[in-house]
Amino acid sequence: MNYTIIGNSAAAIGAVEAIRGHDRRGEIVVVSKEPHRVYSRPLITYLLAGQIAEDHMFYREKDFYRRKKIRTLLENEVEAIQPKQRRLLLKSGETLNFEQLLIAVGGSPIVPQVEGVHLKGVFTFMTWDDAEEMRRYMEEYSIESVVVIGGGLIGLKAAEAFMGLGLQVTVVELMDRILSVTFDKRASEIVERQLKSRGIRLITENTVEKILGNHNRVEGVILKDQRGINCQMVVFGIGVLPNINLVKDTSIRFDKGIQVDDHMETNISGIYAAGDVVEIPDVLQETVRPIAIWPNAYRQGWIAGSNMAGIPKRYEGSFAMNSIDICGIPTISVGMIQASGNGFKILQQLDRKKESYRKIILRDGVIVGAIFVGEIDRAGIYTGLIRERIDVSGFKDILLREDFGLISLPKEYRKHLVRGEGIFL
Amino acid sequence: MKRIHIHEEYCIGCRLCEIHCLVQHSKSRKILKAFKEEFPRAVSRVFVEEHGYLSFALQCRHCEEAPCLEACITGAMQRDKRTGAVLCDEERCVGCWMCIMVCPFGVIKRALESKKVASKCDLCLGEEVPVCVQNCPNEALTFEEGSQT
Repeated sequence: MNYTIIGNSAAAIGAVEAIRGHDRRGEIVVVSKEPHRVYSRPLITYLLAGQIAEDHMFYREKDFYRRKKIRTLLENEVEAIQPKQRRLLLKSGETLNFEQLLIAVGGSPIVPQVEGVHLKGVFTFMTWDDAEEMRRYMEEYSIESVVVIGGGLIGLKAAEAFMGLGLQVTVVELMDRILSVTFDKRASEIVERQLKSRGIRLITENTVEKILGNHNRVEGVILKDQRGINCQMVVFGIGVLPNINLVKDTSIRFDKGIQVDDHMETNISGIYAAGDVVEIPDVLQETVRPIAIWPNAYRQGWIAGSNMAGIPKRYEGSFAMNSIDICGIPTISVGMIQASGNGFKILQQLDRKKESYRKIILRDGVIVGAIFVGEIDRAGIYTGLIRERIDVSGFKDILLREDFGLISLPKEYRKHLVRGEGIFL
Repeated sequence: MKRIHIHEEYCIGCRLCEIHCLVQHSKSRKILKAFKEEFPRAVSRVFVEEHGYLSFALQCRHCEEAPCLEACITGAMQRDKRTGAVLCDEERCVGCWMCIMVCPFGVIKRALESKKVASKCDLCLGEEVPVCVQNCPNEALTFEEGSQT
């Protein structure tokens, strides 16, 4: 059997590890645009901030490809997928025949086409090379101030890194608060206060209309309200969109992302997709959408790989979840973050002194969302209850109590958990 | 692989498992030194939950399909090939807490000083039987082949 994988991040590695769990001999080929062996993209903020060494960027050990018997075609871009001929055309002119294909090409940063976007000093922040180019630019031109566009997870982690490097940082956010997608108002406020106290400037309900340049290099931005900010660098951290270009002229179905069934297979038999490039059922919001997060990407890749190797596995669907530590505040948000209407009940606990905040959203007796700021211990218990749709109405009053634990759960669920087979059924 | 099985009906809530686990993960592995001389004090990786007359000791289940392994962004969380245990390489952990977000048992804890994963059962690597099991006076923890039924 031949397995060909386009992409070399979480979903791709999940697939490789699943395939090799069942098939030691089949040929695996990994094609990746980037020159690096598999590394962790979320770590680029840590690398930029100088918090980790380059050695620690790698997601798997050095001899990973050799041990897994993988042929890698790094720094190699796929030009076209030809499903009928079961063939890939590479930009290098080569062709690659495949039997089973996994498309795990991820997403690309959103860059609005504002004036000045092509100036030197304008960056997106997703890959190792992005971080490397940024670092070189900062050194070469002794950058002192930067404008980060987007107050979401990527934008804020970038802002934190720049602040650590001693830069003047301004974050410009379109909504009326930062982290509006993953947090509610209260949670946002806690983090906003912390960021401001560290010297990061936050401008909300605004956006960059124009990037100003001099000698082809950034020297400032003009905001929507015509305010000007001096800076030598602009970083886009607005979000990512699935890389669907590769399937646009093929018979592979897509909408916002590549469409897959619960085996992670596309409408073409033997062609799978996983990770940030797909759209997937959001089991809490009853929609289908791309949910670009690391744990889902690995899981989907793993499910795809199992199926490719002939071991039927179904994907249970996703929901959004994020865990980041911003300026020393640990935060976790899972599932729905805001709710209004019938059937919802909200439990919350705010400790102003400790700046900790915990909130749980129930819908018809089942947890559908949770936010933890400052105090995140045992948060995964709630994620488990969301995933398994456990009716918590019998013990909802103790859900946020300090001693809440497995002991508070129905005996059946507890026994099922401690068996240790993993939570995925 | 051999796993720690939990028998809540036998647990008397004595917390000897917690004490022995802490000592095992201290520098000296000596009980008096671990409590009186080593600061920050080592932390136990097993937790006794107690409510009325019901109690049980809980530690990492070393899941077959471990959510923490899938969620770890650095690759620090790894499966030990020899024992099957899920271990955290603290050198590589950056403290993003994805593992805490997805562990349905809530058995992964933060080390506040180092901002790394602190508390993660390692099945007492090198010991034939984990110390929590060795020292349980009522076989409320046992170390057995296969999954608990």
